[in-house]
Amino acid sequence: MSDSSLHNTVYTDDAQFGDYFALLKPRVMSLVVFTAFVGLLAAPVAVHPFVAAVCILFIALGGGASGALNMWYDADIDRIMKRTRKRPIPAGKITEGEAKSLGIALSGFSVIMLGLASNFVAAGLLAFTIFFYVVIYTMWLKRWTPQNIVIGGAAGAFPPMIGWAAATGGVSVESVLMFALIFMWTPPHFWALALFMRNDYDDAKVPMLTVTHGRRSTRKHIFVYTVLLAVLAMAAGFTSLGGLVYIVTAVVLNVMFLIGAWRILNRNEDDSEQDNFAVERKFFRLSLAYLFLHFGAILLEAGLDRFGMGTWL
Amino acid sequence: MAMNFRPEHELHKRRFSRNMGLGLVLVCFVCLVFGLTIVKVTNGNVAGAIAGQTE
Repeated sequence: MSDSSLHNTVYTDDAQFGDYFALLKPRVMSLVVFTAFVGLLAAPVAVHPFVAAVCILFIALGGGASGALNMWYDADIDRIMKRTRKRPIPAGKITEGEAKSLGIALSGFSVIMLGLASNFVAAGLLAFTIFFYVVIYTMWLKRWTPQNIVIGGAAGAFPPMIGWAAATGGVSVESVLMFALIFMWTPPHFWALALFMRNDYDDAKVPMLTVTHGRRSTRKHIFVYTVLLAVLAMAAGFTSLGGLVYIVTAVVLNVMFLIGAWRILNRNEDDSEQDNFAVERKFFRLSLAYLFLHFGAILLEAGLDRFGMGTWL
Repeated sequence: MAMNFRPEHELHKRRFSRNMGLGLVLVCFVCLVFGLTIVKVTNGNVAGAIAGQTE
């Protein structure tokens, strides 16, 4: 087999700066930045604003590096899926080797810089996150088990824990609960997406739960994880993260999320096909707001606390 | 003898945005390390450090 037959991509244009930036998955990075920022500010130890900004930057860069490594390894399936076809490698802007080199370089760089800016507990957690996302999720679980989303979700759940560690130098119940919140949120979020973007994952032969265990089972899984998520979200309200604002936010959002999951559970495929998965799409959109508002409430509580206006009873 | 400057190669035009972006990133990195050093050394109290105060 000749080398040219391995890749059907023709590199015609020179990559621009924006193409390299796109390798870092800026949209995912924005979630990393936000949750790490909340973790850092919710910690009981005040950090100099400049140091805090630098820490967030390197946590984001570490997340971006793992994104680049993910794009390197998954280039073959990215070419197949509609959603990922325009990424820099399948689009022919950047070679797989370049993405791999950039990812490795930025991984090392971001871990060392975070260690120097804050401490080596935070740096160690960042290194583990990159390893987990690239090796455990991308290389091992993603193409092997339909539970890929569940275990892989851990990688996306680490940033608030890293932010917390950057401030305190350790791990605590609060940081573990912030981790658990994202960890439990990831499966219902992605499985809802898989319900209405099914062809993409089928074509790429990624073993999504919808394909391996069927769509009925996926609906059940969404509901179970949503119940577990609600328990964890409420539990966080009874730690130093919580307060009146958080509790009210969590109650409203979790009731809405549970109703959404219940409706998904009680639908059949004909209903969904008929309205083009309106309920599933709505649930997916709600899941985005769910995470953003929970972490927003934690941030608000931390801010109120700093000004001596903590709302906890 | 008249100086004979070579016209800008087409490659430089094509890679302008990439080179400019990388240049800016490097400048930002230098500023960031400088700022971090100031904060770490002075413990956030720049004026005090200039005045020779110690912790």
